[in-house]
Amino acid sequence: MATNNTHIIEIETNAEEVAEQPVAPIHETTIYAEPIFHVGSFQITNSLLNSWLAVLVIIAFCVLLRVKLRQIPGKVQHIFEILLEGALSLCDQVTNDRKITVKIFPLVLSLFIFILINNWLGLLPIVGSIGFIEHIGKESFFIPIFRAGTADINTTLALSIAIVIGSNVFGIMAIGAWKIFNKYVNIKALGEMVTKFRKDKNFIIVGPISFFVGILELIGEMAKVASLSFRLFGNVFAGEVLLASMSAIFLYLLPTPFLVLEIFVGLIQALIFSLLATVYFTIASQDHGEHEEHEQGHEEKELVSI
Amino acid sequence: MEKEVVSSVVNLAPLAKSLAIGLSGIGAAVGIGLIGAKAMEAIGRNPEATGKILVPMLIASAFAEAVAIYGLVIAFSIK
Repeated sequence: MATNNTHIIEIETNAEEVAEQPVAPIHETTIYAEPIFHVGSFQITNSLLNSWLAVLVIIAFCVLLRVKLRQIPGKVQHIFEILLEGALSLCDQVTNDRKITVKIFPLVLSLFIFILINNWLGLLPIVGSIGFIEHIGKESFFIPIFRAGTADINTTLALSIAIVIGSNVFGIMAIGAWKIFNKYVNIKALGEMVTKFRKDKNFIIVGPISFFVGILELIGEMAKVASLSFRLFGNVFAGEVLLASMSAIFLYLLPTPFLVLEIFVGLIQALIFSLLATVYFTIASQDHGEHEEHEQGHEEKELVSI
Repeated sequence: MEKEVVSSVVNLAPLAKSLAIGLSGIGAAVGIGLIGAKAMEAIGRNPEATGKILVPMLIASAFAEAVAIYGLVIAFSIK
């Protein structure tokens, strides 16, 4: 308590000094997005504004493209068709199955476009430089109106939670709820300890191990959320800090190569996020047990052919 | 009481921040170095595969880089 009191006294003395001489408003690079205004008790942050802007841009672009859609493609439509073909083949490489690709491709591609537009909107000159000054107590802070949508942990966390839950729902649709449930809480393996014990004594050891592996899988699912969200957020946020510090060192020409790097990083991170989403969906849709049996059969066939 | 006095004089937060980003930077640097070295080796062995190697290499180095980025986020969140 003693230190608290001294701190307060220190702050007060500082504030008195500040009041005497006018100081420039402080702009801190905060790890959280600053609230701009409130609707009821709901905070509208600058990141949220920017992600709405991204959504508007995407909608406008889609409507434009849709209106100009022709049977014989024009130049712009042709470029997008080539891009779509490339994305489909990339997705095929991951899933190895055209059926799964067709099912998850719309989701993954729209994720990619949303993240890409968000990352690149954060690099525009208006972002982070236009804002207003807010007075909190006797100190004044500069609050930018726009901030890259993915430079807020809430955006990326929402996206990654949606991906992990979505992949499990997709798994339930693909191979059934019972198998997905057994992937995490492996009752089947415990049951096999009893039923298959006569046939093979190894099951008494394998059962608890597979049960524990299931729990690990459950923890891994939470790790997926953490790693996905932190990777995207960290990269975009670090890019902002890097650009700000480079502009602080020397404003002219020095930030340019870093700006190019950030454009590249934005593309790569969007690609990685959507690629990992594809991988998670594919893993969830594959039946583990059937897969092993299939492999065994394959090996036997190979042996026969030898 | 003694602890409070010490903590009011000695501020360990900057040290913690720099350790967080510095140590995670070492790990990421080693990882990216290994990825780059192996990619160069692969291109040297098989120059036609340059295009095929480039994209997986970039993705893998982004994974390695992410470790340093976690460290950066932690460094920023230390008060």
